[in-house]
Amino acid sequence: MGSHALATPVAVVGMACTNFGELWDRNVDDLLVEATHGALGAAGGLGVDDVDAFWLGSMISGVSGLTLTRPLNISHKPVTRVENMCATGSEAFRNACYAVSSGAYDVVMAVGGEKLKDAGYSGLEMPSVPNDGTPPVLSAPAMYSMIVPAYARRYGVSEEQIKEAMTHIAWKNHGNGARNPRAQFRKEVPKETIAAAPTLAGRLSVFDCSGVADGAAAAVIVRAEDALKYTDKPLYVHALALDAGSGTGRNDSDYDYSDLAEAAASARTAYAQAGITDPATEISLAEVHDCFTPTELVLMEELGFSERGKAWRDVLDGRYDRDGALPVNIDGGLKSFGHPIGASGLRMIFEMWLQFRGEAGERQVADPRFGLVQNQGGSPGDLVSAVTIVSDRRP
Amino acid sequence: MVGIESYAVYLPVPRLDRADVARVIGGRGKGVRPVASYDEDATTMGVAAARAALRSGGGVDSLWFATTRPAYLEKSNAATVAAAAGLAAEVAAYDLSGALRGGAGALRAGLSAGASVVVASDVRYGLPGSADEAEGADAAAALVVGPDPIAELVGTASLTSEFLDRWRIPGEVRTRTWEERFGVEEYVPLVERVVDDVLGRCELKREQIDHVVLSTPHARARASARRGFEAAQLAATDAAALGYAGAADLAVGLALALDAASPGDLVLAVSATDGADAFVFRVTERHATSGRSGLADTPPGQPVSYGDFLNWRGLLPREPARRPDVKPPVPPAARRTASWKFGFVAAQCGSCGYRNLPPRQVCLRCSASEGFEPVSMVDVPGRIATFTDDWLSESVQLPARVVAVDFEGSGRFECEMTDAVGRELAIGDRVSPTFRLASVAANGVRNYVWKVRPHLEEED
Repeated sequence: MGSHALATPVAVVGMACTNFGELWDRNVDDLLVEATHGALGAAGGLGVDDVDAFWLGSMISGVSGLTLTRPLNISHKPVTRVENMCATGSEAFRNACYAVSSGAYDVVMAVGGEKLKDAGYSGLEMPSVPNDGTPPVLSAPAMYSMIVPAYARRYGVSEEQIKEAMTHIAWKNHGNGARNPRAQFRKEVPKETIAAAPTLAGRLSVFDCSGVADGAAAAVIVRAEDALKYTDKPLYVHALALDAGSGTGRNDSDYDYSDLAEAAASARTAYAQAGITDPATEISLAEVHDCFTPTELVLMEELGFSERGKAWRDVLDGRYDRDGALPVNIDGGLKSFGHPIGASGLRMIFEMWLQFRGEAGERQVADPRFGLVQNQGGSPGDLVSAVTIVSDRRP
Repeated sequence: MVGIESYAVYLPVPRLDRADVARVIGGRGKGVRPVASYDEDATTMGVAAARAALRSGGGVDSLWFATTRPAYLEKSNAATVAAAAGLAAEVAAYDLSGALRGGAGALRAGLSAGASVVVASDVRYGLPGSADEAEGADAAAALVVGPDPIAELVGTASLTSEFLDRWRIPGEVRTRTWEERFGVEEYVPLVERVVDDVLGRCELKREQIDHVVLSTPHARARASARRGFEAAQLAATDAAALGYAGAADLAVGLALALDAASPGDLVLAVSATDGADAFVFRVTERHATSGRSGLADTPPGQPVSYGDFLNWRGLLPREPARRPDVKPPVPPAARRTASWKFGFVAAQCGSCGYRNLPPRQVCLRCSASEGFEPVSMVDVPGRIATFTDDWLSESVQLPARVVAVDFEGSGRFECEMTDAVGRELAIGDRVSPTFRLASVAANGVRNYVWKVRPHLEEED
């Protein structure tokens, strides 16, 4: 028993990501075609027929692999649709990597796409099984806002101090998004504006919530030993981890809503695979699941970047800013890049693709060593978390 | 011997200030009246009263539920009350829905049945500015009937009279009434006659009666009829000054009279609606030690604005949040989990003792998959583990106060905290379960759930 690094390492050799946003003029087919064709082009001009198998991640924009085959006119290929809530994009990537590493296929694609803005309302509608009406019905911001009083109580920090850190995170990610041409929100927002916004849930205002967006992203994956055949700057995969909790935290009085244990567990597994012993110094940049600002705050501790109870201080000190020691969500994050569910995990890897190839423009981090991607689904106490670690060095 | 073994009154927490009504709609108003909250209806209030009364009464084999504002037609609301009151499937539950006189009918049926619980509950309103809106009271009362009473039944009398004094078409808000003087001339003689009839049968004189309950929707007829009694006889109900509680009014009045009564006292309860009904009870020695209505322990009222009140009654619909439609519970799922959904019965793990809310096949703490014991959480207080305000909730009242609750002894559940409009919440605050409405879906299905409300010190 055990979780291990891939016996046969793999690499990303082509990636693409659409613009994210309220794309009223595009449907999910348009988005999937753009991302898929873009990734194939980036991998040295492959054709769809050169890909041996596909994994499609989508939470609510279509069922079955046929959601991908129809618009791309793919026929007679193994195409699988995967779903794992907001970690869907990472799941498509992880399963595609395993398929190549196993030797079953030579060239595979992971594609994630979502069309959310045809629903007609703000926020997400989670697919739900007909039930007895007793499960609590909370909005997603409400579920994550419960972190704030719990965290404050656990560490003896005032809610005002946490709110200040939340405001810093929103300010930082809006500032990063302003430097990203693909982002949904491309405007810096002053801290005063963020702090003064009316609340939606607990201490959360609209500035503490990720953008609901349409978008798609795709990656071409091959065995690491073959990577240079497709590109001279491949992105190598050092770790793939997924942790699904029992989903019982919300019914277990041992859970206090101040942590995200699944994120910590997935990070531990990933660090072991990548041989990372001190993530706070060995990780050069991280894309994490900032669905809401308190999530990013707590994740700094779960991922081992900050000490327990100290993340709010590190955030305010600028440690995770664009010019900080460990830039987090330098592409704007879910907060301002936007969050098209099935695409988000792949969007995070796409930023790593740009960064490790030196193509991130004014967001470029100098000489990154390891990049970490953390992507989660669910809510505190009821969570799945995926961690992927990449670099430009072959494992 | 048959009579009332225990009784309870439930008053909702919100209070509507009549002056607030007058500011909006004109006229004059003073004082406050109790109104059902946004998540209450006749059924949920009936459950609260029935639960309280059944705590000290004997076993029952029938339930009689009266209201003029039934939550459902065709589908029995009595069945919901029985399920949420924790009664066994063998208890026959019947509805007396629609007519005000159902309140008296339920009492009569319950007394005839022997071992029963009579539940009367009503929500009183009408068009904005109506007398029913200003002078009504939303309330519920439950009377457990059995062979070891605190108040034994001495006699009854009834008269039925066909005339139109007030009427409401099913589904309509407005209740129409005929000219006031007409009702006075019909009702006052009916009351006189039914009182004479019952006292004659019981071989009693008016002056022997210690407490009189005079219940009628016709305020002017009541004012005339009360002249036939001494002020002291009417003091118990006068002191409460609740307002007319519809089908629940007779039972609420009876409970108020019993609260004021001592062993040996005689209580006359008269209801005048489409005829008249009279009941005479003699308070027994058991009353001294028995539980009372609980009215004295009712939590302090919380003001509700007239705008919120009208919104709650559907008379001032508010633009809803731009969110997906409310999803109704589906009948097969609600049936499968009825003891959880309606009875708030958790599963206590036989291996580790942790209470699983909701019940599960595999214990969430120790993964044991057998040996669970059903355990009712209804009377188990808890504390707030964490909380939030949700402005995007599907609740009628925004923001929804959402709490994670840790129950005494073990067990965790997330739910809406009710009776907490504008209340400051803190981790560690004590709360108690209460049966309420989560939502009403577009298909009319009412999603009843257990929530929590602030814990009352009297409950300790």
